[in-house]
Amino acid sequence: MRHAALVSEPQCREALDIAIRAARESGVAHVEVLIGGEREALTRFANNTIHQNVEAVEHNISVRVIVDQRTARATTTSFAEDSIARATTQAIALARASAPDPDLCPLLEPSEAGTPPALNRFDEATAAATPHYRAEAVLRAIHAVKSAGQTGAGIYSTGEFFEAVLNSAGVEAFHRQTSAVFSITAIAEDSSGWAKASSVAASAIDPETLARQAAEKARRSRQPREIPPGRYTVILAPAAVLDLAGQIFADFSATAIADDRSFLNDRLGQPLFGENISIGDDVTHPLQAGPAFDGEGVARSRLSLVERGVPKQVAYGRTAAHRERRASTGHGFPPPSETGEMPANIVIAGGGTSLEDMIASTRRGIFVTRLWYIREVDPYEKIMTGMTRDGTFWVENGEIQYGIRNLRFNQSVIELLRNVDALSPAIRASGEESFDMVVPAMRANQFEFSEVTRY
Amino acid sequence: MRDAALNALEAALRPGVEYADVRVVGQRERTLGTKNGKPSQVAESESLGLGVRVLAEGCWGFAATDDLSKAGVERAAAQAVAIARASALARIEPVKLAPEEAYQAVWMSPCLIDPFSLSVDTQLGLLLAIDGELRRNPGITLAEAALSLRREHQVFASSIGSVIEQTRTFTGAGYEAYSFRDGELQKRSYPNSFGGQHQLKGWELIDELRLVENAARIAEEAVALHDAPPCPQGRFDLILDSSQLALQIHESIGHPIELDRVLGSEANYAGMSFLTLDQLDHLRYGSQIVNAVCDARLEHGPGLGTFAFDDEGVPAQCIQIIDNGRFTGYMTSRETAAAAGQSRSNGTMRAASWSRMPLIRMTNVSLLPGPHSLDEVFDADHAIYMETNKSWSIDDKRYQFQFGCEIAWEIRGGKRGRMLKNPIYSGITTEFWNACAAIANREHWTLWGVPNCGKGQPEQVIGTGHGASPARFRGIRIGAGSGE
Repeated sequence: MRHAALVSEPQCREALDIAIRAARESGVAHVEVLIGGEREALTRFANNTIHQNVEAVEHNISVRVIVDQRTARATTTSFAEDSIARATTQAIALARASAPDPDLCPLLEPSEAGTPPALNRFDEATAAATPHYRAEAVLRAIHAVKSAGQTGAGIYSTGEFFEAVLNSAGVEAFHRQTSAVFSITAIAEDSSGWAKASSVAASAIDPETLARQAAEKARRSRQPREIPPGRYTVILAPAAVLDLAGQIFADFSATAIADDRSFLNDRLGQPLFGENISIGDDVTHPLQAGPAFDGEGVARSRLSLVERGVPKQVAYGRTAAHRERRASTGHGFPPPSETGEMPANIVIAGGGTSLEDMIASTRRGIFVTRLWYIREVDPYEKIMTGMTRDGTFWVENGEIQYGIRNLRFNQSVIELLRNVDALSPAIRASGEESFDMVVPAMRANQFEFSEVTRY
Repeated sequence: MRDAALNALEAALRPGVEYADVRVVGQRERTLGTKNGKPSQVAESESLGLGVRVLAEGCWGFAATDDLSKAGVERAAAQAVAIARASALARIEPVKLAPEEAYQAVWMSPCLIDPFSLSVDTQLGLLLAIDGELRRNPGITLAEAALSLRREHQVFASSIGSVIEQTRTFTGAGYEAYSFRDGELQKRSYPNSFGGQHQLKGWELIDELRLVENAARIAEEAVALHDAPPCPQGRFDLILDSSQLALQIHESIGHPIELDRVLGSEANYAGMSFLTLDQLDHLRYGSQIVNAVCDARLEHGPGLGTFAFDDEGVPAQCIQIIDNGRFTGYMTSRETAAAAGQSRSNGTMRAASWSRMPLIRMTNVSLLPGPHSLDEVFDADHAIYMETNKSWSIDDKRYQFQFGCEIAWEIRGGKRGRMLKNPIYSGITTEFWNACAAIANREHWTLWGVPNCGKGQPEQVIGTGHGASPARFRGIRIGAGSGE
């Protein structure tokens, strides 16, 4: 049986019509409506038992108006006619009280929107996944961890999401997507291990295998030894790469550069990273997710952010593009936005060295499987601090020797991407400190670990 | 809202359901921002929905919806029960709840000037005035100012007979001045980073903050940082302003005392805690002058964690966390209190919205004022004084931390000397608090709001309160390199 739609396209058109009518009554012609909906269910376990289990269905209808070079937004959670009409009149009142912005773009016209590629990112079975389905998968994962004499904690979430942009100039863009995420931390007496995967389809995720991987990391990192802080060769698993490298992509924004707060200021077009580093933004990549249009409905185009170590392109929303008299790349946030735009479908080109071969060819180094609490220390040199967690290993003579106590790093991402000497094939990876990306594992020299914690 | 809550409660009380509670929450929010002389954010939002939590077959189930029709409410209640029953597939021990009384209450937070009663052009006018002051300094390359106003109205009803209605009004404001020069980006924020100061108050907070009056100084400091020498590395006595100390408290006292974290509930995401149960009443957390509380009561102040009842109907309380340096208390819920053998929850369960299940969250976790004057706090031969957080990071058991601040000054013989840029300090939680040598008195104590605390899966971002006054710590590691 087909799963009932969270929000239908006719429902969105009706919401726009209500907003247009309400705006006309106030003498306003330019109206944009963003509609979002989600049904997210999440089964959470710890100490080998399910301890939280939730499902939430939420909608929002956000109305933006343009009045005399002024714009404002009002949002409601209700599709009721009076709620949408009230949001519209509220947006108009806010806009009229605001100050004019000479750089404000008019509403997007269909001719400027482009044609977003058709992407099928909706999996019926995932949308229909029940609490029972998730609980059974969690049970299998718990069993795998228990069999290793450990305890498991983690989540299994399934959900469906809807996004739409419509405006009174005739733009319409719709996106439906499902999502499944499983992550697990296996906890042993004095060590732990972690694994996580995400996909648009639950069938692509194997919780039991992930549980075994986490348990194996916990087993191999038991009785962790302390090594002194210093600069080491580091092997970063894909999740660690995305969590750290992910900290730089907000700077690939025309607005950030115009505001003088991007590390790319005065650096675009110059060699910055190693020649083995190429990074793109590609919403159509088969391992990517998300809508093929941006916050105003512009079709997302492909970007070559870094080519062989040289930063080449940055993202443009309409406002930044208008300021520089060029076309938007389709990466804008819903206006008005302080930060403008950002690439969100990152693909870091991989190489030909498997993770196993990377370890096998390392004389002395540290293998990091997960990073935690990453924050920016220097915005221009992109120095980040953070911790390792849930499986950090000493590698010597081509083998993992033993687990080590967790370390704090203070490391420039620019320098990291200059010092990479091996890349694995890229996979879809999922972390906690940045959004999901397609990334390889990396080995880099001279990674700075500054302190060690007590476990 | 009350009817929806009671209808949902009735619908949830099916055979086999041992306990149920419902929260219906209506929220109104206004966000205004300016950037380099223009409005950058002019938005309002309203949100209305309910969350139903049930305990059936010894397990929790939670469902939330924004469909408050009779059918929508009944569907959510039925789904919560179905989810609880699915949870029972992986049950080890049934959930037990510490006992609690039933309450009928209506409570509204004090709000002298309704922030929504002021016109948007007046509010934007304030931000533009700040912006103008900041950008009068030609070294400022980017100026941003923001206001956030929020009112939450919540009805809580539970199967033990409680019906509690609370209305809370929050106001926040702040600004940042950036200066980019020769490949270096410096920033100063006022009155704090994280969007400024946030409290459970009305517009009267804005009048107290003296935003425009401080703008020229903040801009001047942001530009002057370029020419300041880097903060030296090594071990120094460290003096922290109250806003940085508030975040230090948040990360190294507030999070470790969450009993759900201690018991492993957050192991996969936010992490666990070094404060294992055997440490209670034994651990020397800090020096003799360190006293900390977790206090949700209004008498503690108008914090982001101030309320009359928590989100499972337990009255606001004050918990002594650290008593003359000794660790004496966790934050608990009805479930974790029972699991730890305590007779009653101390009332710290909070949810970020109607669509989220309540978790143990910091209320107002504060360092109580000390006995010292400000001169006594600064009375050091050679120390570093740091102000306003810039970066923050701590390990997943809340032990090893590193913080960066926007600005520092060298202190020599108790006097403020040269300005220093890019200051960073780090340490181990218990070593740091045991190095506390002086805490300023109540005259210098501020209840800061941290609006962006994240925890839980799905993640819930919530505001917390932290009172602090400037304090001095002995022999702290300054700098972020791998060498001492």
